[in-house]
Amino acid sequence: MRDIAVVGFAQTPCVRETDGTTNGVEMLVPIFHEVLGGLGLTKADIGFWCSGSSDYLAGRAFSFVSAVDAIGAFPPIAESHVEMDAAWALYEAWVKLLCGEVDTALVYGFGKSSAGQLRRVLAMQLDPYLVTPLWPDTLGLAGIQARMGIEAGLWDERSMAAVAARSRAAALSNPLAQLSGTVSADELLDLPYVAEPLRRHDCAPITDGAATIVLAAGDRARELCERPAWITGFEHRTDSPSFGTRDLTTSPSAVAAGKAAGADGVEVAELHAPFTHQEILLRQALGLGDDVGVNPSGGVLAGNPMFSAGLARIGEAARRVHDGTASKVLGHATSGPLLQQNLVCVMEGRE
Amino acid sequence: MTRPLSAPLDVGFDYTRSLGPTLGRFLSDLRRRRVTGIRGSDGRVHVPPLEYDPVTAERLSEFVEVAATGVVRGWSWTPEPLEGQPLDRPFAWALIQLDGADTSLLHAVDAGSPEGISTGARVRARWRGDRVGAITDIECFEISDAPADPPAEADDVTMVTTPVNLHYTHSASPTEDPFLRGLMEGRLIAQRCPECEKVYFPPRPACPTDGVPTTDQVDLADRGTITTFCVVNVPFLGQRIPPPYVSAYVLLDGADIPFLHLLLGVAPEDVRMGMRVEAVWKPREEWGPTMQNIDHFKPSGEPDAPFDSYSQHL
Repeated sequence: MRDIAVVGFAQTPCVRETDGTTNGVEMLVPIFHEVLGGLGLTKADIGFWCSGSSDYLAGRAFSFVSAVDAIGAFPPIAESHVEMDAAWALYEAWVKLLCGEVDTALVYGFGKSSAGQLRRVLAMQLDPYLVTPLWPDTLGLAGIQARMGIEAGLWDERSMAAVAARSRAAALSNPLAQLSGTVSADELLDLPYVAEPLRRHDCAPITDGAATIVLAAGDRARELCERPAWITGFEHRTDSPSFGTRDLTTSPSAVAAGKAAGADGVEVAELHAPFTHQEILLRQALGLGDDVGVNPSGGVLAGNPMFSAGLARIGEAARRVHDGTASKVLGHATSGPLLQQNLVCVMEGRE
Repeated sequence: MTRPLSAPLDVGFDYTRSLGPTLGRFLSDLRRRRVTGIRGSDGRVHVPPLEYDPVTAERLSEFVEVAATGVVRGWSWTPEPLEGQPLDRPFAWALIQLDGADTSLLHAVDAGSPEGISTGARVRARWRGDRVGAITDIECFEISDAPADPPAEADDVTMVTTPVNLHYTHSASPTEDPFLRGLMEGRLIAQRCPECEKVYFPPRPACPTDGVPTTDQVDLADRGTITTFCVVNVPFLGQRIPPPYVSAYVLLDGADIPFLHLLLGVAPEDVRMGMRVEAVWKPREEWGPTMQNIDHFKPSGEPDAPFDSYSQHL
């Protein structure tokens, strides 16, 4: 198999609301410039482009086609899109590189969550026959999962608040974070519920944003990056969409993806956990011990740009390899309701 | 800088889906105030019924009737219900294991306050009076030890209609904004790409050829050339003009991208590529931030433009 690495990563600031359009062009142009400029590349050097976004989030048809304007797709480019978090677009690009057709790929995700009512928009990803007609919202569903874990003794409101406090403290070192600060779990527990047992700090904020990653194969990766983040395991798995059938206190798909990707021995993990209890759940599912640095960026509790947040987890993890602070890292992404689909990308630096 | 123009955008569609044998049976039975599950490969009874086993992927077919009463297995509290949710007052979302089922159904519980519900609480379905064969035939569940209302006769259903209404704020891009504000003053404002110097009307956030933001504003006159056109002969819903009429691509002088508009004041058989046209504006008091300020284009009477002058814009 060819060796493939993450060689470049850029993301926009995570903000509650941008002035731009829902096709993402205003957010994408600067980060394409940043990531390509940083590698000394131009668009002509990219063999394959792949994106993740959602027309339901954008409230318009073919927003991902409008987004291609940000590339300047002339002469014509090889391009693809997934209606999922762009971490799955990264998977598609990785397979494309494995096939040997191209040596470089640029992957991007974007979303302007502030354009609509995110809690309702996400009902569109549920079973359209028996679940969407009830319009369950993300907080209401996550609250059920959180309570089941609390009542099973797997976590409690205090350990959930501690996750939020740690996330905000970590985000103090992340200039692109939306939420950061020094706050104690006790202070957070004094705040009211938004969807009991969830408080506001238990839920990722609503965020507009975009992110991009450049992949390169073999010698091309070594030319472009002093310390490429070589992908040594990349897997995604899914659980039944019928969440009344699943044990919601764990995530078999996350367990399976972590095992298959080789999560053992990672030093840093960036987890896509939009709710505090889901970070605890994922830590356990992926077998991450106390010695693993989890979400040094603050994670999505510090900024959750829909459809690029999972890609950004992989980018944030790769950055720890690029800058030499870690030699084996893990980026995780989730999609669907209540951690239904999970993707794990393990990357290593080599001397 | 002022924020770009924005406007509410409401998107709605009634999704109509065929149900098939499994969901058709479940929803037909709900209409009869009955709840039907299905037995999985491992013997578990799934409610709602699954078409395929979640573990073995085997096709499932053994229907099992269960009760319309059950137990709360997990719940959360919704203090402020959202549009479309089962109740318009505070309620609990709950996973409910019905008596006779091994898996849980998601629905709302009308419990009054969070103190009124707990995991393990007994609930029963509150049936809607006007049942159509939908999950909302159960209005919600209520905290109760009593049996639910008895079954009733009703015909089978084979389809389900789910109205979806989503609400957005649509923002113009930073380049569309001066274009739209210009239209309110009767100006036609395009943008030039700083790299290829192509002039876009309407403007785009980035040049689709170069991928860079278009930065230079260009005022254009309201006359141009027909690059291509079609004669509309077919009536359709919402049509404003009786056919036949002409929809034409107009390339404004100085622009590099033609746009579609209405051409009047000429018989369809006399329209030709290269024909010179000018805008006919609506009365000024009707102007807004829209291309509809131009009511239509009409022939300007100038000689036709040579083919070479627009051949790159087809």
